[in-house]
Amino acid sequence: MQKSYDGKSLVVKDLNLAIGRGEFLTLLGPSGSGKTTCLMMLAGFETATHGDIFLAGRPINNIPPHKRGIGMVFQNYALFPHMTVGENLSFPLEVRKLGKAEREEKVRTALDMVKMDGFEKRRPSQLSGGQQQRVALARALVFEPDLVLMDEPLGALDKQLREHMQFEIKHLHERLGITVVYVTHDQSEALTMSDRIAVFNDGVIQQLSNPDDLYERPENAFVAQFIGENNRLTGTVEQRNGKIVSIALDDGSKSKALAVNCGGQGSRTVLSIRPERVVLGWENESNTTLGEVLELTYLGDHIRYRMKVHGNPDFVLRLPNTSEHAKLTVGETAKISWNIDDCRALDI
Amino acid sequence: MPDMAEPILAADGTPLKKKLGQALFRSRLSAFGLVVPLLAFVVVSFIVPIIALLWQGVYDKRFAVLMPNTSAALSDWSGVSEPTEEMYSALVADLVVARKEKTIGRVATRVNRELSGMRSLFTSTARKAAELEAPYKDALIAVQKTWGELETWQAMKIASRVYTPGYLLASLDFKLNADGSIVRQDENRRIHVKLFLRTLEISMVVTIACLLLGYPIAYLLASLPLRTSNLLLVLVLLPFWTSLLVRTTAWIAMLQSQGIMNDLFVAFGVTSDDDRFSLIYNKTGSLIAMTHILLPFMILPLFSVMKAIPPSYVRAAKSMGASDWTAFWRVYFPQSVAGIGAGVLLVFILAIGYYITPALVGGQDGQMISNIIDFHMRKSLNWNLAAAIGLVLLVIVLLLFWVYDRVVGIDNIKLG
Repeated sequence: MQKSYDGKSLVVKDLNLAIGRGEFLTLLGPSGSGKTTCLMMLAGFETATHGDIFLAGRPINNIPPHKRGIGMVFQNYALFPHMTVGENLSFPLEVRKLGKAEREEKVRTALDMVKMDGFEKRRPSQLSGGQQQRVALARALVFEPDLVLMDEPLGALDKQLREHMQFEIKHLHERLGITVVYVTHDQSEALTMSDRIAVFNDGVIQQLSNPDDLYERPENAFVAQFIGENNRLTGTVEQRNGKIVSIALDDGSKSKALAVNCGGQGSRTVLSIRPERVVLGWENESNTTLGEVLELTYLGDHIRYRMKVHGNPDFVLRLPNTSEHAKLTVGETAKISWNIDDCRALDI
Repeated sequence: MPDMAEPILAADGTPLKKKLGQALFRSRLSAFGLVVPLLAFVVVSFIVPIIALLWQGVYDKRFAVLMPNTSAALSDWSGVSEPTEEMYSALVADLVVARKEKTIGRVATRVNRELSGMRSLFTSTARKAAELEAPYKDALIAVQKTWGELETWQAMKIASRVYTPGYLLASLDFKLNADGSIVRQDENRRIHVKLFLRTLEISMVVTIACLLLGYPIAYLLASLPLRTSNLLLVLVLLPFWTSLLVRTTAWIAMLQSQGIMNDLFVAFGVTSDDDRFSLIYNKTGSLIAMTHILLPFMILPLFSVMKAIPPSYVRAAKSMGASDWTAFWRVYFPQSVAGIGAGVLLVFILAIGYYITPALVGGQDGQMISNIIDFHMRKSLNWNLAAAIGLVLLVIVLLLFWVYDRVVGIDNIKLG
């Protein structure tokens, strides 16, 4: 599928995505990466410039939004301010011409589901952000759609409430067995909630996989950088030996890494190492080096060290704050090492 | 709640409340200072003249001041019995003074408003008044038979009242009799009520037309991207940069029987050449020109309210299964009501006092109440009646405003 707004550039370049029934799929990416456009094409508010969309085997390209039967939760909730909570929820049922008794029953059930029972008579403006969020959720679910789209629904909430709502949405999804397509730019939100995550950048899905694969086995430099913290060391491939490559780093030293997405001999590559996979000491034999501690940040459960390693002054180590661990001081030079499997050679 | 017996003290020991008052005094003073020039200007140039003029609608001391003896005599008179000799002698005395002081014209005009024919009676009698001798009753009747008629004296009695509901009654097509009773004006003199009704009718039609024409435009403007909508908004505002007179006269060129519209109608066979539509110098002309001129006042509040309605509301409605029309009618329209309220009120209030346009293109049956006010101000010089009509108009507007507040609610009005 492709999408262009101005006929000159493509916002969505090449989208080919199959979503399983009952799946929680997240479209994750920086702003302007095309993820919301994809969602709007699914909902029918944007037309695809090229390509087809199928819903349960049925092409829906030419079906107007109101006939697609897709529930949607908007970023600013879009609760109708001139209607009460009950009227808001009853709206999709009214346009479906359901009887009064049935409507009331469904509204009550939906409000119950999001723990908002008893709020039917309130206006949206009388609710807190979190309550509005719940009502918006209930409204998208009340007409029992098979597919629910959510466009950064938690963006306006504070951190604590957001984390709480993440779990509520996840539990609702598990309980109801609905299919959810969720758009966010918050990677921790995506990791917490999703069955699968599609990382978007520049109108292209960079990687589509489950959360742990995405974090532990990023397939390219963008994904490694975008999901979680990541240490980058640049170098040139010297020799390729099956799955292992030898790399000549830019400061002249040698290293070994797992070949994931690097070219053959002589091509440039980025080594990606997660901060928590770097250990102190040289017990691990694969990759050893020295690092000069430049800065340390106390974060309670762990301590974050910024070091100069192989010429990179932004190399980060994250060590758990346990009693066995020796604490490093600024200016000290420490022995550090990492496993070959945790060091992935990616495209540059 | 803190103990009331012991007020909270500031750091230097003065009560906190007093300290706060001192601190705020300067800023309040400077804020007041900023509005003083405008306040003074508005009071002097707007509020005081309006009150003074409206006052004239119920207060007219001309006769009482210029004809003091007659006024005193008339106040004791019942209004139905035969006029007495004292009344006649007082009248002659006043007429002599009025002639000498050259105020007789004003007196004559005043009484003439109550009964036509009185002007010439007063001026001609005043010329001979100095030579008249007692008994004055017979002498005056000898000069003019009219002096013996009850009607003449009743007109004078009404004119002698300083505080008079006469003008207000006249502006509602009623008449005050000398005995204090109120009757309707003669059939052929009832013009004001008809004009008030026509003014209301034209204002309402113009308001509805503006709403019907302006709503889709405002909707389009609000849903277009900002750059395009700003450009189109300039087109909406363009008429404001042209003089009202130019716009009105442009309509004359457009609508007259040999004008552009009629030429087009003939060209397209809508009508024949010798049966052209009369689109101007009648009510149609007033309606067309006023609708055009007042349209921006409807579009602007509508636009600013619609601009604030997020597009996600309509999208949400559609995602829930509402058709385009249902989404508009159930979700978008109710939120634009605040703009409709503001636009309708604005256009209606402006229309009800509209003057230049109906004066230029309204002809006979397109005249509005403001045109008759103008007539009394400049032509008949009956300022008292003009003031009374203005007062009635003001009361009608306030009344409609009150009804509007009851029905729509002033709180529900939003200009942006």
